[in-house]
Amino acid sequence: MGKRVGMEVAIASAEAAALCKFDVAAVYPITPQSHVAEHLSDIVNDGRVDASFITVESEHSALSAAIGAAGTGARVVTATSSQGLIYMSEVLPIASAMRLPIVMLIANRAISGPINIWNDHSDIMPMRDTGWISFFAENGQEVVDMTIQAFKVGEDRRVMLPVNMNMDGFQLTHMVEPIIMPDQEEVDRFLPPYVPYAALHPDNIVSMGTLGLPEIYAEAQKSKDVALVNSIKVVKEVWKEWEKQFGRKYETIQSYRTEDADVALVTMGSMGETAEIAVDELRKQGVKAGLLKIKLWRPFPFDDLKKAVQGIRVLAVTDRAISFGGPGGPVCSEIRSALYDEPKRPEIVNFIIGLGGRDVQVENFMDIVRRAAKGKLSEPYEIYGVRG
Amino acid sequence: MNTAMMKNPKSIVENFDLYAPKLVSKEEFFVGGHRACQGCGESLAIRLMCKALGKDTVITNATGCMEVISSLYPTTAWNLPWIHVAFPNAAAVGSGVEAGLTALRRKGKIADRRIKSVAIGGDGGTMDIGFQALSGAMERGHDMLYVCFDNEAYMNTGIQRSSGTPFLASTTTAPAGKKIPGNQVWKKNLAEIMVSHNLPYVATATPSYPIDFMNKVKKARRVKGPSYIHCFVTCPTGWRSTSETCIKLGRLALETGIFPIYEVENGVYKLTVEIPEKRRPVEDYLKLQGRFRHLTPDQIKVIQARVDLEFKKLMNKVEHSVSWV
Repeated sequence: MGKRVGMEVAIASAEAAALCKFDVAAVYPITPQSHVAEHLSDIVNDGRVDASFITVESEHSALSAAIGAAGTGARVVTATSSQGLIYMSEVLPIASAMRLPIVMLIANRAISGPINIWNDHSDIMPMRDTGWISFFAENGQEVVDMTIQAFKVGEDRRVMLPVNMNMDGFQLTHMVEPIIMPDQEEVDRFLPPYVPYAALHPDNIVSMGTLGLPEIYAEAQKSKDVALVNSIKVVKEVWKEWEKQFGRKYETIQSYRTEDADVALVTMGSMGETAEIAVDELRKQGVKAGLLKIKLWRPFPFDDLKKAVQGIRVLAVTDRAISFGGPGGPVCSEIRSALYDEPKRPEIVNFIIGLGGRDVQVENFMDIVRRAAKGKLSEPYEIYGVRG
Repeated sequence: MNTAMMKNPKSIVENFDLYAPKLVSKEEFFVGGHRACQGCGESLAIRLMCKALGKDTVITNATGCMEVISSLYPTTAWNLPWIHVAFPNAAAVGSGVEAGLTALRRKGKIADRRIKSVAIGGDGGTMDIGFQALSGAMERGHDMLYVCFDNEAYMNTGIQRSSGTPFLASTTTAPAGKKIPGNQVWKKNLAEIMVSHNLPYVATATPSYPIDFMNKVKKARRVKGPSYIHCFVTCPTGWRSTSETCIKLGRLALETGIFPIYEVENGVYKLTVEIPEKRRPVEDYLKLQGRFRHLTPDQIKVIQARVDLEFKKLMNKVEHSVSWV
């Protein structure tokens, strides 16, 4: 049985990767991911996992080295944040196109400028369309569980895609939380050894990353899209298996007190817990509030969303990033288009909150619900609590 | 064997280079049917490199001509495990290949034998956009070889200037204009920068001296750690030279001292192909190439003076360097 421990979440994510017995880690340090980088190297240098740790000179090289290592058939982990993720952006779609199941731990942080090391989702959002599976963890326990699940989902022969596990920088990474840490025997039972489909080895020669002319490029893109869309089945299967073995349930969209809800908040990441408290408070005051928490960002769970919003009059979608000059926040934009064709759909309002580490408190969520209950905002989206 | 040789067997040794090609493996790891230009020095060099490396090799290829001409899906010219990821990161990917193979071998997940990770790139992919990744990979001490195939400009994108482009050469982004006559700076000396990384083995080479090049590849392959070869290759398309001068231009580069061929083993510099005592004038090399067509006699004098100076600097190292082991 796993042991309940008090552990910093960044360190716990590295411990979870260690339980998966990775072969290679290629990591470049960046705040607030740095404890992940440090702890992964501790694990390797103390010989707790037999692996190579590559102290790359940049994030671009971190993911490049990860691809090279994954190409040989190794189980590979990397980690980054913010500017580092943006710096990797050239290589991100190549990793997924090459169908290499690398796992990336992302400590979500605002992107420059102005330079800011605190939490929001403006790093992962521009990387949305790179063909990776994206998990969003809400707390330390989910960080640990999702890290282990990420290897299993990505390495499944029906998937073979890289997975990023998003954990809010500082709000999660630097918190010491009670976490049930699975033991090695349990993880070994859950996660089989990785058997690559093809590997760089002279005994079985392959060419990886060849040139695709217009005659084949579109087909290559379609195959990646189909693989990503279909991976949702495997994600759910793996989550079911996890629930059976570890007793903790995972859903693509987790509903909280929505059965009879009039207004429901939508969150992604660590703010779900604060929003839960706000819902409880509002319920005490007689407001029929609810909450939907998105745990799987890519592939986007369209069908589950449609089911989850049944009976809800107003959705107050919160975003932690802006699509500049666009429709508002990327999460809201996704939800709007997901529900557009529904004959009966809730009214949707969009609040962009918590940019660059701006604190969002229980009262703020309560205020958002009360305002959303009135329906349409005066603007298509509102950057909440902003001056000027 | 002719009668003169029969009479004097010593001359076999003296003429080793003449006969050595017969000893080269007939096995092809970079096979025909690829789409390189006529007279391409780079594809020839890669073919020779692969012969010297042999079967137990994984190649990481930076984006560039070689990746384009050799890997049009669903075809491949590579009879070795091969990976291409992007333009600036061949050294980083190659370092990951090395780390992966090392870990998997140590853990008993693959056969217990040494497989060499070899990363290759052009001058742009190595000296410019791939420079940081190269420096990082070499500094970290991976057991890998990096070979830069330097044809002195971004040939794949259409002959744009790189930091490998020679002084005053005309390229499409540093053209011989009415006011500015081509590239205004001197070529970066990357082999020297690699020596400064304290690599156990650094060499320069050209496929115009194939046995020398292959011997260097073999030597670099044996190094347990990072090694670097800077291979100077002709590009008839970019140099505006005729295809049949591919080999000749490499030889002229050596005979003029423009591109001396040497190796640096644990800090000791050694010329591996003899350079004539009386070097040929640089003009003999320059005049065969359209990229230098616009040069005036005065400009050629400036180039000659610089080549003389660089050659003197190199000879000084050849004469005075001492081994650090």
